[in-house]
Amino acid sequence: MGKHSLVFYKELAAKILFILSASAAIIAVGLICVFLFMQGLPAMWDMGVIRFLTGTDWRPTWNPPAFGILPMIVGSIYVTVGAILFGVPIGIFAAVFMAKFCPAPIYKILKPAINLLAGIPSVVYGYFGMVVLVPFVRQTFGGSGNSILTASILLGMMILPTIITISESAIRAIPGEIYEGAIALGASHENASYRVVLPAAKSGVMASVILGIGRAVGETMAVRMVAGNQAVLRMPHEFLMGTRTLTANVVIELGYAYGNHRAALVATGVVLFIFVMIINALFSLLKKKEGI
Amino acid sequence: MQNFKRKKPSDIILFALTWLSIGITAAVLVLVVGYVLINGIPFIRPSLFAREFTTQNQSLFPALIGTLMIVGLSLILAVPLGVFSAIYLVEYAKRGSRFVAIVRLTTETLAGIPSIVYGLFGFIFFGVFLGWGLSLMSGSFTTSIMILPLIMRTTEESLKSVPDTYREGSFGLGAGRLRTVMRIILPAATPGILAGVILAIGRIIGETAAIIFTLGNVARMPNNLFDTGRTLSAHMYALANEGTHPGEAHATAAVLLIVVILINALSSWIARFIRKES
Repeated sequence: MGKHSLVFYKELAAKILFILSASAAIIAVGLICVFLFMQGLPAMWDMGVIRFLTGTDWRPTWNPPAFGILPMIVGSIYVTVGAILFGVPIGIFAAVFMAKFCPAPIYKILKPAINLLAGIPSVVYGYFGMVVLVPFVRQTFGGSGNSILTASILLGMMILPTIITISESAIRAIPGEIYEGAIALGASHENASYRVVLPAAKSGVMASVILGIGRAVGETMAVRMVAGNQAVLRMPHEFLMGTRTLTANVVIELGYAYGNHRAALVATGVVLFIFVMIINALFSLLKKKEGI
Repeated sequence: MQNFKRKKPSDIILFALTWLSIGITAAVLVLVVGYVLINGIPFIRPSLFAREFTTQNQSLFPALIGTLMIVGLSLILAVPLGVFSAIYLVEYAKRGSRFVAIVRLTTETLAGIPSIVYGLFGFIFFGVFLGWGLSLMSGSFTTSIMILPLIMRTTEESLKSVPDTYREGSFGLGAGRLRTVMRIILPAATPGILAGVILAIGRIIGETAAIIFTLGNVARMPNNLFDTGRTLSAHMYALANEGTHPGEAHATAAVLLIVVILINALSSWIARFIRKES
């Protein structure tokens, strides 16, 4: 065996190792899908898909137990919509600030600050929500303070860095001539930034909002710590009452659930997984369109 | 230039809203960080770092060691996998290959899965199906899948930023592909990979939902790979829920936040270092 062939085998072995490593992500997604669906879907089927998705009673301890997750689906929608109402306008204005208004010395401080905001663990946000936001909402608006409103405010804070960072890079990706052209035509700085550059970055900004929605739907610990977690179907005007999200349903009960109950929680996870996958697919579509 | 143009009312409103929004954003950060640090730091006492956790002394030390173990094991699993797959994608794969497209799609999918779904999967796969129960193994395997996309992406970016002249030079001197990658490309890309690894560490430290169903949430140090324990975030969650030790909860939140701030600073310091180099 000559020297040449030894090199050849080394190269081949390395290439195989690299290909196998690259397959890890595929294997992981495969395992996640197979195990979640294998345990969740039959349970959903047995309970009746429609009854599971539209049932308003979640009573795992009843005889026979009732597993309806409509209150949790609606709960997730409420806190997500709330988070968007708080987080999106502030986030987009702040992104325009970062891209078009920010003086360089302030930018040097703000950019890492926003990165830090994204890095704070959700349990710390949740703790802050428990000791600051919950009493604040209780004293200002009444109720127990553990409410849809509190969770919405907290989630709005948590999605800010996502929206700011992605919108900012979308705005920066718009060629400078577009802004300069508007200025040359007599537009003010504000007008050029908001009426010309921002609309041009529309799909990137939309992508940031969708990613923010994905974060809000999937957020678990922080929501669980401030939302009250009652598995009761709420109406929109009951925003000072507590609610339970899909994520909170799993995190609260998985620790002690067995049999049907555990299967129903896995099925809750499957519903959450499908929601998030749809949101992510939308995000990738927009990202491709924008080229960011 | 501003002087030549008179501001319209709509401009003034937009200007005000812009500054108001960035003001609120900054206020959120100052409020969260300020509140946690100001209320927590006075409670950071030596007893918080006692070797044993007892009902009288809610020491965070076992959780700190648990965190280090999970971070270490998870990096041992995810860093080689992530770096090797990025090497394949950047240095070996042909453009437009179907395999690459699937790898990218699944990596993006992994990045978007919420942590509670990882917790659920880790629980039913590693814990129940493989029979590892609540253990360091279940916990670190689960978190390693979570950080895999982050490590792949940052490694890919740093490999791509290595100029092609390095590759051409190496090939021109007669080095093979493997030698070029290992001796020339990888060393040049190391700082970028390191910055990604540090971000991944931050991600693991901040993780709670996936940890409590895989590693568990028991306040002691794991004795072996199949033993349970907790991480700092899980410890924080337990303290906040029990609500019986507010001082320790404040202090633990502060410690957790300080760790995250240090990690963020380290990561951006490395990123700045890379920019200066190039």
